[in-house]
Amino acid sequence: MADENAILEVFRYQPDQKSEPTFQRYEVPFHEEWVVLDALNYIKDHLDGTLSYRWSCRMGICGSCGMMVNGDPKLTCSVFLRDYHPQVMRVEPLRGFPVIRDLVIDLDDFMNKMTEVKAWMIPKEERSIEQGEYLQSPAQLARYRQYSTCINCTLCYAACPVYGRHTEFVGPAAIALAQRYNMDSRDGGYEERAETLFDEHGVWMCTFVGDCSRVCPKNVDPAAAIQQAKVSATKDFYRSLVPWGKRRTET
Amino acid sequence: MPRSKEVFWWSLFSAGGVVSAFFFPATIIITGLAVTLGWVTAEDLHALVQNPLVRLYLFVLISLPLFHAAHRLSHLTIDLGLAHARRPSAIVCYGAAIVGTLLAAVGVITGL
Ligand code: SF4
Ligand code: FES
Repeated sequence: MADENAILEVFRYQPDQKSEPTFQRYEVPFHEEWVVLDALNYIKDHLDGTLSYRWSCRMGICGSCGMMVNGDPKLTCSVFLRDYHPQVMRVEPLRGFPVIRDLVIDLDDFMNKMTEVKAWMIPKEERSIEQGEYLQSPAQLARYRQYSTCINCTLCYAACPVYGRHTEFVGPAAIALAQRYNMDSRDGGYEERAETLFDEHGVWMCTFVGDCSRVCPKNVDPAAAIQQAKVSATKDFYRSLVPWGKRRTET
Repeated sequence: MPRSKEVFWWSLFSAGGVVSAFFFPATIIITGLAVTLGWVTAEDLHALVQNPLVRLYLFVLISLPLFHAAHRLSHLTIDLGLAHARRPSAIVCYGAAIVGTLLAAVGVITGL
């Protein structure tokens, strides 16, 4: 039994009832082992069933529970009440995205960006089932593995000041994932991705603030992926100027 | 290739960054400390800059960091949320770097 309470100030926006967002204060039992998401679930189950938010796995895998906690983008299933208590916790929807309701953001823009950069495998050579698997060495896997651990939580977009001001920027996770496939020895989609990746709303908009890498819960290091993509575009450009230059299909 | 021209400017920016980070400190030590501390004389330096390779070095040392600075400054428009000012600011910043580069070229060629 908890003998003290933790206090949360939760962003509320219910466009069907009120056109302006407000903050609502809730007191929940303080437990050492509770994460912020547990507190939200307590509110939903015991105090106020109208609160809307996304979550699923409760273990930092699904990427759906991202919110601003005291101004910083966090997976609410991975930060504890004890990290903040007795400070009041201000819980808001992820910054930079349109809000649908309460803590639920509209992810359409992000999803479109993933499509634009073709964040999927475009095989270099088609193989039939009889021909077997696409083989890859551990060294080839190591080149992109870090970028492949992205869970699409969009915390990096909420942290990125460039995306915050210019939503046309392709942004950290989409670039990191494009880079993930570009660096995959089985992939041949570099040219197809290049148009989005290297146009004026692509990698060049990044001013290397690096906050995306700070907030990423999976240590993807999208900032590094962006700089790496800039270098490969530059190498390609100079290669294309010399007659003996051969464009590489991977970075 | 419908890709951004930025790749060219970015390459100058990154090369300028390398020059600023590695060659500037060395040059500052030579011109700022070594002469002051009497390790080399001003005459030695003067003799040194007569060498065409040293002049080429000075040209690179002046020009590339100008493009580094131009790129960084023109990207301030993005940081400040003034995307519509991106083009005019790029013209001013890169323009200044180009003028600086031309002046540096004249300087190292004529020995001014
Ligand atoms: S790069 Fe990191 S912060 Fe960005 S969406 Fe992927 S896991 Fe989340
Ligand atoms: S609930 Fe799945 S990552 Fe937090």
